[in-house]
Amino acid sequence: MIPAPFDYVRPTTLDEAIRLLAANGDEAKLLAGGHSLLPLVKLRLANPKILIDLSRISGLSGIRQEGDQIIIGALTTHYEIESSELLKQACPLLPETARMIGDVQVRNRGTIGGSLAHADPAADLPAAILALGAELRLTGSDDERWIKGEDFFLDLMTTVLKPTEIITEIRVPVLSGRFGTAYLKMPQKASGFAIVGVAVWIKVEDKACTAIGVGVTGLGAKPFRAKEVEKKLWGKRIDHTFIDADASHVDHGIDPLDDIHASAPFRAHLARVYTHRAIQEAVKRAGVSMPSR
Amino acid sequence: MPVSKMVGAKVKRREDPRLISGLAHYVDDIILPNTLHVAILRSPYAHARIKSIETDAALKQPGVVAVITGAEIRDKIGLIPVASDNPSLRVPKHYVLAVDKVCYVGEGVVAAVAEDRYAARDALDLIRVDYEPLPAVSDPEKALAAGSPVIHSEWPDNVAFRWSLKQGNLAGAFKEAHKVVRQRLVHQRLAPIAIEPRGVLARYLPGEKELTLWSSTQIPHLLKTQLSLMLKLPENHVRVIAPEVGGGFGSKLNVYAEEGLIGYLALKLNRPVKWIEGRRENIQTTIHGRGQVGEAEVAVKKDGTILGLQYKVIADIGAYHQLLTPGIPPLTGLMLSGSYKIPAIAMEITGVFTNKMATDAYRGAGRPEATYVVERMMDRVAQELGMMPVEIRKKNFPKPKEFPFKTATGLAYDSGNYQAALDKALKLAGYEKLRREQKKLRSQGRYLGIGLSTYVEICAMGPSAAMPAGGWEYGAVRVEPTGKVTVLTGVSPHGQGQETSFAQIVADQLGVDLDDITVIHGDTSVVPSGIGTFGSRATAVGGTAIYQAAEKVKEKAREIAAHLFEADPEDLNFSEGRFSVKGVPKKGLTIQQIALEAHMARKLPKKMEPGLSATSVFEPSNFTFPFGTHICVVEVEPQTGRVEIKKYVAVDDCGRVINPLLVDGQIQGGIAQGLGQALFEEVVYDENGQLLTSSLMDYALPRAVDLPHLDLARTETPTPVNPLGVKGVGEAGTIGSTPAIVNAVVDALVPFGVTHIDMPLKPEKIWRLCQTKEPAQARGGR
Ligand SMILES: Cc1cc2nc3c(=O)[nH]c(=O)nc-3n(C[C@H](O)[C@H](O)[C@H](O)COP(=O)(O)OP(=O)(O)OC[C@H]3O[C@@H](n4cnc5c(N)ncnc54)[C@H](O)[C@@H]3O)c2cc1C
Repeated sequence: MIPAPFDYVRPTTLDEAIRLLAANGDEAKLLAGGHSLLPLVKLRLANPKILIDLSRISGLSGIRQEGDQIIIGALTTHYEIESSELLKQACPLLPETARMIGDVQVRNRGTIGGSLAHADPAADLPAAILALGAELRLTGSDDERWIKGEDFFLDLMTTVLKPTEIITEIRVPVLSGRFGTAYLKMPQKASGFAIVGVAVWIKVEDKACTAIGVGVTGLGAKPFRAKEVEKKLWGKRIDHTFIDADASHVDHGIDPLDDIHASAPFRAHLARVYTHRAIQEAVKRAGVSMPSR
Repeated sequence: MPVSKMVGAKVKRREDPRLISGLAHYVDDIILPNTLHVAILRSPYAHARIKSIETDAALKQPGVVAVITGAEIRDKIGLIPVASDNPSLRVPKHYVLAVDKVCYVGEGVVAAVAEDRYAARDALDLIRVDYEPLPAVSDPEKALAAGSPVIHSEWPDNVAFRWSLKQGNLAGAFKEAHKVVRQRLVHQRLAPIAIEPRGVLARYLPGEKELTLWSSTQIPHLLKTQLSLMLKLPENHVRVIAPEVGGGFGSKLNVYAEEGLIGYLALKLNRPVKWIEGRRENIQTTIHGRGQVGEAEVAVKKDGTILGLQYKVIADIGAYHQLLTPGIPPLTGLMLSGSYKIPAIAMEITGVFTNKMATDAYRGAGRPEATYVVERMMDRVAQELGMMPVEIRKKNFPKPKEFPFKTATGLAYDSGNYQAALDKALKLAGYEKLRREQKKLRSQGRYLGIGLSTYVEICAMGPSAAMPAGGWEYGAVRVEPTGKVTVLTGVSPHGQGQETSFAQIVADQLGVDLDDITVIHGDTSVVPSGIGTFGSRATAVGGTAIYQAAEKVKEKAREIAAHLFEADPEDLNFSEGRFSVKGVPKKGLTIQQIALEAHMARKLPKKMEPGLSATSVFEPSNFTFPFGTHICVVEVEPQTGRVEIKKYVAVDDCGRVINPLLVDGQIQGGIAQGLGQALFEEVVYDENGQLLTSSLMDYALPRAVDLPHLDLARTETPTPVNPLGVKGVGEAGTIGSTPAIVNAVVDALVPFGVTHIDMPLKPEKIWRLCQTKEPAQARGGR
């Protein structure tokens, strides 16, 4: 567990970080919490020549409300998300999800930006980001763009992030009215990452579902939004048929991962079970009273 | 033993303050000036011929001092030793660094020595090894099949050894049987994963011609002997020190390649040399445990009386033997009677070479396998006969008056009352109520399972006649001129807490304060001889040596006091550390005062040697046999295969208890590891011998959150084997727990027609079993 030699720089402004990134091309890696990158570097599976530490750039972390949006700095740690009173009120899905990441040490170091950029197919936060329809702000040397979570992830550990771009912010909607959210996962016993994790956000008006987001992690090579499941439920009355609705199409079109921890068929099965349960839980939390069966 | 104050008391571990405040010194904390660091290039192949090795580029690297290949040192360092013997044993040449061929992933090939750890590691990237990959075999059953890749060309059948045991009329038992119950059982490979990986530091003093080797080991004295043989140094010029050792679980009861290699490099380069194992290396190249696949057959009468047991097993040895590799599976054989009267027992072991790391002793070492076979089979048999698991066990227990109880495997169980432990556990668990609850929940589509294990195990290893390298232990007690007491022990505690429990024994014997006693261990130049810590032997054997040495000190002190008082030794009372003349309580001397007299040596009895110290070597007459009952209650969710432990009760009998805190700690830790094996731990190699679980992100260790609350209780049946009456407790938790958990899960899944599941009971396996059949008499839940 000894890394190859590398240089280390700690810029204090975003511009400087972007300039360093541009100047060093493929040789450079951004360093946030280091909890995904450093294990790879120590095992020499990644051998960056220069690490650009983002931790001293002011303004890259913190959680604030702007109108009907909440803006989360990319360097905000999982712990800050888990314990944010603002998020607990306005977007409880994120704290609930962050709380299920690793252990206290990991949550104290790991950041939301790092987790999204790393795009581990079993990471937890992407599921919530997708369910919420969140957007990421990517800042590059000459431009800046906002991109939707569902357009951000491309494949196994691959995103649309250009080598010269930095995720600077993530924005999620302030959830209002009657809503319910839930994140459920089966952890992989050794790593704690999700074998399957499903995040659900559901909006309820007049006992009907007027909006729904279902984000799934762990199942395929990239986290995805279960559009087919959402489509079936969008606009429907919330009753027993709704919560009993079949979630079997959650893995539709997905090629499930298959490893020593879970085979592809088991993962697909779990995705259905957890999708179903997460929807039930979100409905329950929305406080919809159900007639007894 | 006299009535005492300290023995039996809940004394907090005296080791803990230094451990939890970071003041302890593990191998890596020992810093010697001018030290060189070693990194080892290891084989990425499970099986390959080494065609060539190119080291020039690495040697030219700044900071690199030497780059050593196996071929260069094959004649300089002896082979890695095997201590267990067996007439059919085949011992392949096991070099410190591979010569010509590698046989498992992680086998050391080249060592780079450099000024610092970074330079050493960087050098590895510059070494070119040209391998010719060979077909590999990782499954021991496949390794036995015709046409399998051959690991060592001398032995084309891949058989490492055979061992068998046969006692009683087995054929008759199976003929007479009302039923014969058969089951294939898999004991998966486990990685011991001590929190501190291995590490070695060596220093050679050319003036004194002395080699000192610090190693994270459980057996400093045995290592000293072996090292002197490997390095061809006079044994009295070799000193081994086991400093603070952060866990072993059997994995450091060995002599490893790196110990020979680092010792050699220190000699050759004439500078201190250090190697610290990484976690990946630890999982690749520190011994594994278990690794057996067997077929058990039990012959039983209609009323549940067991008539005979036969177990044929394939033991997955790995590519080479380590110190006790071939000695572990036979321990399974010896313990196959479990806590039952089984008149006929047979076992056949085939040890098989595979392209994997060696298996060897891991907490329990052969006994968890035996207990799992017996306890799983008791449940299988009960299920077949329609009996309850409790009933069949009670039916076959030997009664207390039948002790010493002779098993068909040739052992004599020292003492026991198995039913008492079982009854106590049943009561604590509320067994009858649990069964009612199980029934109720089943009708609601919820699956509760109750499992028990009534184990017995073999400890206090052991009589020397039954051990590969001595089964006695050394102890010494010395009262210093100032009255402080120094205790030396040949065992090598590494987490067990004997600095506390041995001090308790001495405190009672000599009537001195615990704070005035220091227990020293682990340095072969300070403690003249010893065997080490393993096989739950330290307190029963090592503690007894201490007890006897303290007794001798007391008797010598009595003689001195009697001489000074001009009284008969018999006329002295000893209490609270003070000898006084019977009837004249004012006329007395404390043991500290006597110690000073003994050192001044002016008024000693004629011919008495000065000083107040004594040594003792205790040779036990038998093993000891702790026992107990573990009860586990689980709820299984068929839809996801998740297992939740709802309740866990353990009643353990380890004989006399010296410190209940230490005993509970051993049981708790043991259960954690037994639970790990039952539910999720597994070393996985793919069929080409690639290791798929080489980090803790893939090898699942139990963590605090995985453990249920443990209800611990005890019965206390002293052993007659040693004067302390202690049996040993280091491995009992691991041995007793695994079958209780598996039995509970199988019990939960009875409605699905499940009769057995192989460990680890991962969710997917359980889910699959629940797919095959609709649950009987239950409403299917979603
Ligand atoms: C023991 C352990 C257990 C864990 N368990 C879980 C778990 O259960 N669930 C889970 O989801 N995760 C888990 N993780 C991962 C953890 O959440 C990581 O912290 C996270 O995935 C990465 O965040 P980081 O800040 O540490 O990123 P880093 O490791 O610093 O960086 C990761 C990658 O992202 C890039 N990067 C970082 N920040 C940015 C940015 N702002 N813009 C662009 N690129 C950037 C880096 O260059 C690097 O390639 C675990 C990690 C460990 C060590």
